[in-house]
Amino acid sequence: MGQVVLEMEGISKSFGATRALNGVKLTVRSHEIHALMGENGAGKSTLMKVLSGVYQPDAGIIKVDGKPTSIDKPADARAAGIGLIYQELSVATNLTVAENVFMGSEPRTRWGMADIAEMNRRTEIVLQSLDAPFKATTPASRLSIAQQQQVEIARALIHQGRVLIMDEPTAALSDRETDALFRIVRKLRDEGMAVIYISHRMAEVNALADCVTVLRDGGYVGELSREELDPARIVQMMVGRPLGDFYQHKTGRQAGKPVLEVENLGGGKVKPASFKAHAGEVLGLAGLVGAGRTELARLIFGADPRTSGRVLLEGQEVNINEPLDAIRLGIGYLPEDRKGQGLFLQLSALANTSMNVLRQNAKLGVINHSALRKLTGEAISRLSIKVNGPEGIVGGLSGGNQQKVLLARWLEIKPKVLLLDEPTRGVDVGAKSEIYRIINQLAAQGVAIVVISSELPEVIGICDRVIVMREGVITGECQGANVTQEKVMTLATHDARLAA
Amino acid sequence: MTTGTESAAATVAKPAGESSGQGTQVSFGRRAFERLGMLPVLVVMYALFYALTIYYSDDGTSNFITAANNMNILRQVAINLVLAAGMTFVILTGGIDLSVGSMLAVSAVLGMKMSLPTAIPELSLPTFILAGLLCGLINGTMVAYFSINPFVVTLGTMTALRGAAYLLADGTTVLNNNIPSFDWLGNGDFLAVPWLVWVAVAIAILSWFILRKTILGLHIYAVGGNAQAARLTGIKVATVLLFVYAINGLFSGIAGAMSSSRLYAANGNWGVGYELDAIAAVVLGGTSLNGGIGSIWGTVIGAMIIGVMNNGLTILGLSSFWQYVAKGVVIVLAVLLDKWRQQHNSAN
Repeated sequence: MGQVVLEMEGISKSFGATRALNGVKLTVRSHEIHALMGENGAGKSTLMKVLSGVYQPDAGIIKVDGKPTSIDKPADARAAGIGLIYQELSVATNLTVAENVFMGSEPRTRWGMADIAEMNRRTEIVLQSLDAPFKATTPASRLSIAQQQQVEIARALIHQGRVLIMDEPTAALSDRETDALFRIVRKLRDEGMAVIYISHRMAEVNALADCVTVLRDGGYVGELSREELDPARIVQMMVGRPLGDFYQHKTGRQAGKPVLEVENLGGGKVKPASFKAHAGEVLGLAGLVGAGRTELARLIFGADPRTSGRVLLEGQEVNINEPLDAIRLGIGYLPEDRKGQGLFLQLSALANTSMNVLRQNAKLGVINHSALRKLTGEAISRLSIKVNGPEGIVGGLSGGNQQKVLLARWLEIKPKVLLLDEPTRGVDVGAKSEIYRIINQLAAQGVAIVVISSELPEVIGICDRVIVMREGVITGECQGANVTQEKVMTLATHDARLAA
Repeated sequence: MTTGTESAAATVAKPAGESSGQGTQVSFGRRAFERLGMLPVLVVMYALFYALTIYYSDDGTSNFITAANNMNILRQVAINLVLAAGMTFVILTGGIDLSVGSMLAVSAVLGMKMSLPTAIPELSLPTFILAGLLCGLINGTMVAYFSINPFVVTLGTMTALRGAAYLLADGTTVLNNNIPSFDWLGNGDFLAVPWLVWVAVAIAILSWFILRKTILGLHIYAVGGNAQAARLTGIKVATVLLFVYAINGLFSGIAGAMSSSRLYAANGNWGVGYELDAIAAVVLGGTSLNGGIGSIWGTVIGAMIIGVMNNGLTILGLSSFWQYVAKGVVIVLAVLLDKWRQQHNSAN
C-alpha cells in the first residue's frame, strides 16, 4: 500500500433541513482499491459529488498530497487528478472514441481547430494500456456498455488522474465483462492509481477491495483493512444491526399444481423454450446478461411478438397478444428498468399503484378516487412504503420504495403468476430483505413467482428451483440442494473449467 | 394534510440515488403556492395595466378596469382558450399540434358554406364540429398508428389544410349575415355573459373533468409520463393518442364556429398563427412540453395572461409590432419565473 494521496476530514453537507453528510472522513492511498459501502441514502454519492466539485461542503477539509485543496467546480477536481466514472455512462454515441475521451478539452492546432490526429494518437496510447479491443477512431455507437465504460476510464487517464472514482461500475455488466473490468481496475491499482470503488455487491468488494469505508445515514461508521474484511461484519455496519437469515428462505416449501406452462415459446432472440411454474413456487431464471431471460418474460407477458409456441394458464391454453391480455388473466411483469419501463415518476403513488385496477374502481369511465385512496393507503402500510401518503409523487422516493410501489401495482391485480425481472436491482440492503419477505408471502399464498436475477447468491437464496438460459436457449435446471453457484454458472457459460 | 410545524422539519428530496426514505413532505402553504401556479403573474399584470392606464390617461381614470372591458378581455380569450384546452390534451401526451389554426380555417369555411341558403343552414353547427373532428382524426391516425413524429405530422397537415381551406373558399371570403342557427354563439348573451365565454368555460370544465376524473385522463398523463411503462401496464397507447388529437380537432372545429359566427364570415386565412397562441397559453400554464405534467387550470390562467396583455397593450396604444415583442418577452420571462419557482420549491 502506498502513501496517502487524498484525505477528506469532517465533511458535512446539508440540503435544507436534511443532513446528507455529517463529519465524514475518507483516507485514500495510492496503490489501493478503496471500497465505499453503504445503503442507498447513506451519503456515498453525495460524498463523491463533494469530491468531484459538484457540491460544496458546508464544513470539512479535503487534502490532496497533504495540502488542503478547495474543489469548487468539476474542473478543480480534474486539475487535482480526480476522475469520476458515473453510474449512468456519459458517452456520446454520435462521436468517435477519441472525441469522447477529449470531450471539452480538445487539443487545438495552431489554426484553432480540434487536433484530431493528436487526439487519436494520445487516445490510442491509453487504449493500449487498457487492452481495449477497439480503436481511437471507432464510433462510440458500436461499443458495448462495458466498452463505453473503458472509454470513460480512458477519459480519466488522459487527464493524468491519480484518483479514480467508480460508482457502481458493474451494475450493467455481464459476469465476463465484470471480470475484464476487474483486470483493468487491478492493473490501474498496480500502476499506482488510487481507486474509490462504490458498490452494493459484497462479492465484488470481497474480490477487489484492499480496504473498505462504510457510511450509514450520512455518517462515518468505520474503515476495515483487507484482513478485517468480513461480509457479515460489513452488512452489520451498513444496516446497524445483524440481518439474520438475509434471504428468509422457507425450506421445505411444497409446490402446488402447475399454474404457468410454457411450450416451445419463441420469438426474437429466444429459441423455442418450455418450462412450468407451479403454485407457491419461487422459480429462478438465471443466466448472463443478454441470455434472453428478459426477452422470454416479455414473450410470456405479450410485450413482444412471438413466432412459435403457446402458453397455458392453469391447464387452459390462453391467447396473449398484448400486455393487457396477460394482465386480465392475472399475469404480472415487473420490468428490470424500473424508471424507464415501470414507473410514472411524475405521478402520485395512487396513480402508480392503481393503474391496473382503474376499471374495477370506476363507473362509466369516471374514477372512484376515494376507493383508490383507500386501496393505495392499504398497500402503503402493508408493504411499509415510505411515501407522503397516496398523493405523494413517486419520483422523489428511494429506489427501494419505488420498487415497492411497482410491486404494489402488481399485487393489486391479485396475480396468479408474477414475473419479477431483477426485483432488487439498485435497492439497498434493508429494502432487499423486505422484498424477499414479500416474495415469500406471495408464494405462501399460492402465487407462481418467476424471478430473473443476475445476482447468483440471490437466485440461490430465494428460489426453490432454477432454470438457466444461455444465448436464448434453456440449458438446464437444478433444484433444492443442487442449486449451487458452480452448477448455475456451468449451465450459464458452458465453461468446462467450472464443470470439472 | 401536513401542518405548519411539520414543515419546519420537512425533509427534502435529495439528489438522485441519495433519496431519503421519507418522501417529500410539503407544507400546506407551499402546496397552495404550487397550486396557484401562474395566477400571481396574472394578478400582477392586471394591476400593472390598471396603474399604467391611469398614469397615461388624460383625466386620471382608467378604461382598463371597466365591466365592459373585462367582458371584452373574456370574449377575446374565449377562442384561444378553446384551442388551448385541446392543445393541453396533446401536449400532456408529449406531442404537439401545429395544425389547429388550419383546422379552424377548414371547419370555418365548410360550416359557413353549409350556412348559405343554397346548402342546408340547419346543419352548419354539426358541419363545423365534424370537420374539425375529422381533421383531428387524420392527425391522430398518423401519430398513433403510423408512429410518425407529431411535429412532422401536424406541420404537414398545417400546410395541407391551409391550402384546402383556401380551395374550399375558392380563394375568397364566404360571407353570410343571416345565420339563425348559430348567430347566438358569437353574438348572443346568456345571463349578461357572452355565449362565447360560456362555451369556453364549458370546454375548460369538460377538459378538467376528463383529465382529472376519468380513466382516460389518467391514461393521458401516463402515456405522456412514460409511454413504455404505459404499454406494459396494459394501456392502449395508440387509442389514447388518437383521442387527444381527435378532441383537439373537435375543439378547433368549435373555435371555427365561434369565430365564423362572431364575424359572419370565413376564409382560408382564418386562424393563421393561432397555434402559437394556444401553445403559449399551455406553456404559460406550467404544462411540460415533455408531457405528463400540467393541468387545464394552468392553461386557463395562461390564456388569460395572453388576453390581458393583448388588451392592455392595445389600450395603452402600443403599436402591434411592439405588442409582438412584448408578448414574446413575457412568455419567456414567465416560463423562466415558473422554472425558478419550481426549483426554489424543491430546494427548500
